[in-house]
Amino acid sequence: MSDFEPVIIGFLCKWCASAAADLAGTSRLQYPANLRPIMVNCSGFIDTSYILRALLEGADGVLIGACHPGDCHYVDGNLKARRRIAIIKNSIKALSLEPERIRFEFISTSEGAKFARVVREFTEQIKALGPNPLKRNER
Amino acid sequence: MPERIGVFVCHCGQNIAGSVDVEKVRDEAAKLAGVVHAEDYVFMCSDPGQELIRRAIHEKNLDGIVVAACSPFLHKETWQNIAKNTGLNPYLVEVANIREWVAWPHRNDKEKATEKAIKMVEAAVAKLRSDVALQPIKIPVKKSVLVIGGGIAGIQAALDIAEAGLKVYLVEKDPSIGGKMAQLSETFPTLDCPQCILTPKMTELAHHRNATLLTYSEIEDVTGSAGNFKVKVRRKATYVNWDKCVGCGSCMQVCPVEVPSEYEAGIANRKAIYIPFPQAVPNKAVIDPMSCLRLKYGKGCGLCAKECPAGAISFKNNERFEELEVGAIIVATGLEVMDASNFAEYGHGKYKDVITGLQFERLLAPSGPTQGRVIRPSDGKVPKEVAFIQCVGSRDPENWNPYCSKICCMYTAKQALLYKEAVPDGQAYVFYIDIRADGKGYEEFIHRAMSEHKIVYIRGKVGKVYEEEGKLKVVAVDTLTGKKVEVNADLVVLATAAVPSPGVKELAKKLRIQLSEGGWLKEAHLKLRPVETLTTGVYIAGAAQYPKDITDTVAQASGAAAKAISFLSKGYVEREPLVAKVDEDICSGCGNCVALCPYGAVELTDERVAKVDEALCEGCGACTAACTAGAISLVNYDKRQLFDLISTLVRR
Repeated sequence: MSDFEPVIIGFLCKWCASAAADLAGTSRLQYPANLRPIMVNCSGFIDTSYILRALLEGADGVLIGACHPGDCHYVDGNLKARRRIAIIKNSIKALSLEPERIRFEFISTSEGAKFARVVREFTEQIKALGPNPLKRNER
Repeated sequence: MPERIGVFVCHCGQNIAGSVDVEKVRDEAAKLAGVVHAEDYVFMCSDPGQELIRRAIHEKNLDGIVVAACSPFLHKETWQNIAKNTGLNPYLVEVANIREWVAWPHRNDKEKATEKAIKMVEAAVAKLRSDVALQPIKIPVKKSVLVIGGGIAGIQAALDIAEAGLKVYLVEKDPSIGGKMAQLSETFPTLDCPQCILTPKMTELAHHRNATLLTYSEIEDVTGSAGNFKVKVRRKATYVNWDKCVGCGSCMQVCPVEVPSEYEAGIANRKAIYIPFPQAVPNKAVIDPMSCLRLKYGKGCGLCAKECPAGAISFKNNERFEELEVGAIIVATGLEVMDASNFAEYGHGKYKDVITGLQFERLLAPSGPTQGRVIRPSDGKVPKEVAFIQCVGSRDPENWNPYCSKICCMYTAKQALLYKEAVPDGQAYVFYIDIRADGKGYEEFIHRAMSEHKIVYIRGKVGKVYEEEGKLKVVAVDTLTGKKVEVNADLVVLATAAVPSPGVKELAKKLRIQLSEGGWLKEAHLKLRPVETLTTGVYIAGAAQYPKDITDTVAQASGAAAKAISFLSKGYVEREPLVAKVDEDICSGCGNCVALCPYGAVELTDERVAKVDEALCEGCGACTAACTAGAISLVNYDKRQLFDLISTLVRR
């Protein structure tokens, strides 16, 4: 299991989490390369089916980065996302998937260090959790 | 939908190529379905790099491009402009951020970084293959600008805009414009007094036919978007009819209440009814409801109203709201100095003769309460030894702010020099960490202070200030000699850190602009777009972005004004066409999207299908995530595209 390199899909909102990821890079903060990021306009855009799709395709974890409450560029998309993610986390139990495979974080533009820390932590957490069980059954 | 895609991989010198095998990324990209051309180059954004993209579009007849390079925040527009100028639709351009998101954070693992970069290029190609060509939405703009903040930054920006022939509104929270600069004694390094160089600008702006001043006012709410903002302004209650008030000041003479004056930084008093300073613009009185006896108790006093020859004082709460329509907004809310009471070790609040730099400015100012005579607050004696302590709260990451407040080295030198001019037989000591004098004529100014005025500079951080035998003992360690230093001072001046203006956080939320660490306003790009924000049509100027001196503030204010003017000059704004659209055949008319839209951009038609108003839609996509039928989607971000993107990224 030690050579398990998880695949983590990241949905990063354009206004906060993406900019924080930029800042982490500019600051040369190092974090594992397991995160495969997608920039979206707003976390409120993230359909639960996207998260489900990633997990069904075999992603080992899904990270969602949003603006802090009150800071959303689109008023309250981040709060819509928070609710949707709380629900999907609960629903994936039915697929024998651990809710911990989904992580939702508020990360502001100035929090490059937080972004790097969250990716480091989450990658470790997913490594400890092991591969996505849906993927294990394949092939 | 592009089928002849070109992929361009940038080395960014060694920035990307140092940790990503760019040739391998290029070779893997060339194998992807739909890709007919792949190329790498050392600096894709340089002229030859751009030319290489242009040539490939022409020669290979490309119908879409992916550039794997730095963050799209930096150069997406560059790539889109190349496309536009080469006849390719700019919305058929995708960026794979392999610098900030790959090369820089994964510097120690080239293999994994390369693998990730390949994946990101693959994902960008997958998305591009379903992108459709779009035309920007053109919307007419209001040819007017709102400037928030009436310090030197706001004044300069407003003047430039008014001169360009655009209507400008300046909103200031205090009763007068002028800001911090109006409080200064003299300005470094030229020693011009603000009365001579600032007040004429204040008057010019007040009388400009294109300018409207809204002082003693605050921003209540901002709606709309670039080119067409609607701003609700709260005109605070003055309790004085400004149409009648002539600024004679007789009210202030009879008012029996005295409270510390904000303008005098608390070293002198003002009345409950007051004009902040004699050169105030507008020169009108306001009543401070917290201290006015009549307003506090609802009866009695009323001396000012009896005295007022214009009959301007009514004691009526005349708060009101005004709506402005503007095309662009400049935020120039400036800085505040940190509350010195945070620094118990320096005895501020405990000893009357430990004061802040701003308070010392007022003691030095010919317009100040002592007419420029330097006397100490405790007993009115002339201080013969003055200790200046720099970096109080700045460059102190363990306790306070990590940043350099930038202005203190110079104003401290100026204050020490002015003190020596006022008290030639006095002695000034400056405790510093480093001397930062990085402007035109600044280094020379510091030398003048040291050599001509014999100001003693001691490199060391002060640990403690305490009173002993009528003197203030300033104890420090000289970091050059390692020895303990003690200075017996009559007056101690603290150069407290610059911090963002209070209320700027709430204002930033209303304007939907970001903050940097420390609460400063965040620019679109620190180096290349310093006066823009990521919100189109909103610009920043002056110390609200980061502490800066008057020289830099004025330059930035003119920069912000120029940006706003050029933004409005076309008469229309091109909005991103990345909006929601509805597939009417699938829409069930449930109205989920209508309820979720924060902009009221979606409505149900008589045929019970959702309809999007493109002028109002901001493209957040909240509606798309809630549509149970999958009928509403964001253009070029539809569900199928996202599924493709996700599948591509998950695959090994």
